[in-house]
Amino acid sequence: MHLAVRLCGYFFNLFEPLFRVGQRWLGLSRLGWLFVGPNLLVFGLFTFLPILINLVYATTGGVKLMPLERPFTGVENFAILLECRDYFDIQSCRKDVFWRAIFNTIRFSLIQVVLMVGLSLLTALVLNRKIIGRGFWRGVFFYPVLLSPVVVALIWKWLLQSQGVFNAGLVAAGASPVDWLLDAGWAFFWTVFVSIWAHMGFYTLILLAGLQAIPKDMYEAAQLDAASPWRTLRRITLPLLMPNLIVVLVLALIRAVQIFDEVFVLTGGGPGSATTFIVQFIYQTGFAEQIHLYGLAAAASLLLALGLIALTLAQLRLTRASTAGQKAR
Amino acid sequence: MLTSISKTGIAAAAAALMGLSLTAQAAEIRVMCYQDGVECDVTAAQAKRFEAANPGTKVVIDVVPYKTIVEQLPVQLAAGQGPDIARVTDLGGLSKYYLDVSAHVKDRAYWEANFGATLPWLRPTATDKGIYGFMSQLTMTGPYVNKTLFEQAKVALPGPKATWDEWVEAARKVSKATQTPAALAWDRSGHRFAGPAISYGAKIFDAKGDLVLDDGYKTTVNKFVAWHKDGAMLKEVWAGSGGSSYADSIGEFKNGRVAMVLSGSWQINRLQKDIGNAFDWVAVPNPCGPVACSGIPGGAAWVALKTSKSPKEVGMFLDFIASEANYAEFTGKTENIPAHAGLAKKGVPYPGATPAARAALASFSAGVASLSPVAYQFQGYKFNRAMMLPTVARVTQAIVGEMSSDEAMTKIGADMADAVKQAQK
Repeated sequence: MHLAVRLCGYFFNLFEPLFRVGQRWLGLSRLGWLFVGPNLLVFGLFTFLPILINLVYATTGGVKLMPLERPFTGVENFAILLECRDYFDIQSCRKDVFWRAIFNTIRFSLIQVVLMVGLSLLTALVLNRKIIGRGFWRGVFFYPVLLSPVVVALIWKWLLQSQGVFNAGLVAAGASPVDWLLDAGWAFFWTVFVSIWAHMGFYTLILLAGLQAIPKDMYEAAQLDAASPWRTLRRITLPLLMPNLIVVLVLALIRAVQIFDEVFVLTGGGPGSATTFIVQFIYQTGFAEQIHLYGLAAAASLLLALGLIALTLAQLRLTRASTAGQKAR
Repeated sequence: MLTSISKTGIAAAAAALMGLSLTAQAAEIRVMCYQDGVECDVTAAQAKRFEAANPGTKVVIDVVPYKTIVEQLPVQLAAGQGPDIARVTDLGGLSKYYLDVSAHVKDRAYWEANFGATLPWLRPTATDKGIYGFMSQLTMTGPYVNKTLFEQAKVALPGPKATWDEWVEAARKVSKATQTPAALAWDRSGHRFAGPAISYGAKIFDAKGDLVLDDGYKTTVNKFVAWHKDGAMLKEVWAGSGGSSYADSIGEFKNGRVAMVLSGSWQINRLQKDIGNAFDWVAVPNPCGPVACSGIPGGAAWVALKTSKSPKEVGMFLDFIASEANYAEFTGKTENIPAHAGLAKKGVPYPGATPAARAALASFSAGVASLSPVAYQFQGYKFNRAMMLPTVARVTQAIVGEMSSDEAMTKIGADMADAVKQAQK
């Protein structure tokens, strides 16, 4: 360890003359740019530049891939996406599938996030207790997180398809098979269920870490005061777990809005457009259809970005409010 | 000693340089290939023979799923990337990326004599005279029937001029008697859908040559949706996906879940291999509508691509696999309908084909005569996918109850107009 520190020291000393020269030329206040420069370059190249390119695509039309070959169309792509004769009737919208994808995404996010946070909290509370085989159960709940989303979706597809395990079980029991993935309601239910099954372990882990950080003496004090378990949960556990809960809420919400891979493999967005979410709409419009409408896809992705920015701002606000509340206490 | 080491070093360096120079001279041709049966395997064996005859040229066959050819290859080509040769089905749509290899083929007259009828399908303009590749096979959409199920149900196979309605009724009786999940299924494809639509009177093109949705198309949409709703059609194939993605029905047929499917001649090899003796199957003529008894012609083509850095070798390799002997081997082993005029006249022996496969090939070959001229026109039309893709997406929405058949028709029309407008920009 000592040797490693010394080696690092030697390594950074090699750059000392460079920093001294930089300090002399740039001055101390501007030297910081020298340090963040490489990172800014990478960030600019792989984050800002794609955003700019996306903006170019969103404001140009046609099916050509090279930006310079595409005719400028201004806000036409946004207008096409948002054009509706009657905003209360999706069918009247020019790109009705875009609107269906938005409504599906909102519905999915609301249901999935509430269930995800609730179930993760419940699981974390149980796993925080001294139960038999606690390590095993923690492993069981975390294991699906380690699987690739495609693997998760394929496993569930094999279980749920018409000739899958679930229907085989129903038929063996004398019941009729169910269209798990061909009925719009069931298909939506399974997309929610599978996504929760796959990701709950991750959020449970965050909440478990939060629970373990709560000082034990607070619970001992509550016990001395004869506080009921429910009161202890409401007055001690939940308030002190709030920062973790907010992180879980925001992460789950952002991930829910971005849902794509599992659903794409599990249902393909069907039946019809019952499980088509916004990211799949973007992918289909830009790449999967044989007439590639890159401009329309780029415009939809910018609208999605706006939605995600709004969610992030809400997260910042919530975090600030939570921190302020804690300080006040 | 030092001199000896220096000499050894110089010799080694010279050998390394020679090696480098040889490597630089060697050309590598990458071929993107999808296969319905053994198309890429046969081509890979031919590539080995080509390499032996042309030392220094390496041919790498990259076997990919059909979806890659349809979805990823166009994006790669638009970005200036891509293989040297590909096996494609969107013949006209990708023609701007094709490489003219006419300067590198040995005998242009041979190409004109044997592939003359289909070479224009690959040319970007009507006046162009280039050689961009050749059709690896001709295909035709058409139905397959599970003969064993019909026999078990004691239902006679409808005759060669039977209508779609008669076939659906017959298959429905079979399904009921044999307790299969559904009577029939069609591939989830606008291309497959177009055959029955033309039979029901869809004109596809208006007087100006633009795409049009008419009563014939509407009748087909209505019937197809109704067949799903009354349980005649297997729901899984069309309702099992969203958007316009392709799904074939042949898997359901092989598993004996339907009595009849609408697919195409390219499945013969797969059916022969996978079904074996499990049940008897036959290819039957395309059922009729009031106007025609048509399927849709098509096929796959080997095309040279502008992204190639070895145009000469690409031309040589295409010339090699297009030779009569190699083409005959490919057609015989893959059990396809030849696009080579000379071979079509002589007849292909199909050495590995079972009697069922031979009968199916004969049925499809005979069916070429009943193809509607509109079917040929539609297959060669540059923007045919502007009609095919919305058909798949919107008809599926009607099947699952998101909209009515009439609304689906309106939406197909709107999507089609949008897609053509964008493609023309």
